[in-house]
This record gives sequence, C-alpha cells and structure tokens, in this order.
Amino acid sequence: MANPFSIHKSTEQDLSVLALEGYLDAHTAPEFEKAVQTEFEAGRVKLVIECSRLTYISSAGLGVFMSFIDEIREAGGDIKICALAPKVFQVFDILGFFALFDIVSDLPEAIRRFRDVPVKET
Amino acid sequence: MASFERTFALHVPSSTENLSMIRDFVRNIGTQSGMRDLEVARLEMAVDEACSNVMEHAYSSDSTKEVSIRAIVDERAVQIVVVDTGKGFDPAAVEQKKLEDLISAKRTGGLGMRLIKSFMDEVHYAMVPGVKNELTMVKKLRPRD
Repeated sequence: MANPFSIHKSTEQDLSVLALEGYLDAHTAPEFEKAVQTEFEAGRVKLVIECSRLTYISSAGLGVFMSFIDEIREAGGDIKICALAPKVFQVFDILGFFALFDIVSDLPEAIRRFRDVPVKET
Repeated sequence: MASFERTFALHVPSSTENLSMIRDFVRNIGTQSGMRDLEVARLEMAVDEACSNVMEHAYSSDSTKEVSIRAIVDERAVQIVVVDTGKGFDPAAVEQKKLEDLISAKRTGGLGMRLIKSFMDEVHYAMVPGVKNELTMVKKLRPRD
C-alpha cells in the first residue's frame, strides 16, 4: 500500500515548514505529532503547517495542533496553518479553530503573518 | 414513487490502519446515493470519528476485535450503523467543552463526537456494554438542484 501520509520539511528564514500530504487520521496522527515534537525539542517553535496536499483530517489530526499550541506560544513561537482544501477547511471552521489559530491562504501569507503577528492573540 | 432499500456491510479488524478502508466504503455509499461532494465528505468523517472512538476507547486498541459498519440506503436517507461489542460509553457524559478549555486541559476528547453531531442529521445510541453497542447516524438525502 502506498504511504498514506507524509511530511515534507523545509525552512523559510527562521521558520520551519511542515508540508503535509495525504490523510491525517487516527492512524497517521502519531507521525505528525512526532514531527512537531522534534521541532519543538530542537527549539524551532515558529511552525508553518502547509496543507495544500492534505486530503483529509480527523479529530486525531486536529488534536496534534491543540496539544502543542500552548507550549509553543509560551516558548515565543506559533503555529500558522495555510492552504487548506475546502474539505479540510470546513472541519477547522466547524470546530472553531479560526478563533484560536492563524489560518491563512498560502505559504507566503503565512510567512508574512509571522512577521506581522508573531503570536496570535486569543 | 416506488420505495427501495439497500443494505451494505463492512467488517474490519479493530485497527486504525483500516480507517481508510472504512472511509472508502462510506464514500462510495454516499457518492452512489447522489450526495454532493461536501456532504459525502461529512458522512465519511462522521463514520471515521465513530469508528476511531470504537477502536481506541471501546476496544482499547485491541486489533483482535471487530468493528462492523452497516449502511442502509433508501430514497430519503443514508443510515450508517457502527456496531461493536466493547466497553461502550455514555454519550450524555461527553461534555461539549469549548475548544480553548480543551487546549488548556491538554485534552482533545469530545471533538469527534462534536463533529459527528455537526455533520449528521440524526444520531442515536443503543448501548449494552460488553454485549453490543450501536451508534446510528442518519444523513438525509436532499434533491439536487
């Protein structure tokens, strides 16, 4: 079976970009959690999660964002989420993620957002 | 109009690696029933959340157990029944906490149930823990424009 989920890591200035591909469900969420944990432990707390190739997300995937956001903000960083497909967008919307996370249209906008609002005020 | 009813079933070992198979099954049911893409996505997600709950909580990630998904389609609705024989739970005890409270408490529990209730038109439970638990979710079919 083809790998259902993968994470492509890159850097943009002082930002870490994790580009998600495939589906993020209860089976694949631990891989995402490990990737975020690795960044956090290395002190890389300015994270952009790029979702243009993310085809599906369930509450298990959303739980990864929720479980790290407080610690990352306390360390002076943030998680900016970008490029959500409509199917994924509706899930973030229904659960009220827009009030608590910076969610923007694409990667350049996420980079600008880090410059303008380093940590979202909630 | 002549009425019709079709029933489909899928039985899988209780392992999260089978969630994608479950979603494929449900997506096909929704598409063949004439649902719009966004409605299909909602149906798919609700069933994924229900099955994930069974796998992780009712069966405590025991892959020797089985999760059954039954789909009953008629001209008015798609009804999905998720069946397990695990511990079950009291749906009334699942609190609808605010997202920021869940984050503060480092808890993500209840998000899945919130999505199920948001995405489905009806949600029913019939629980006999350790014997048979059934979660029934109904999505009404709407005529296309």
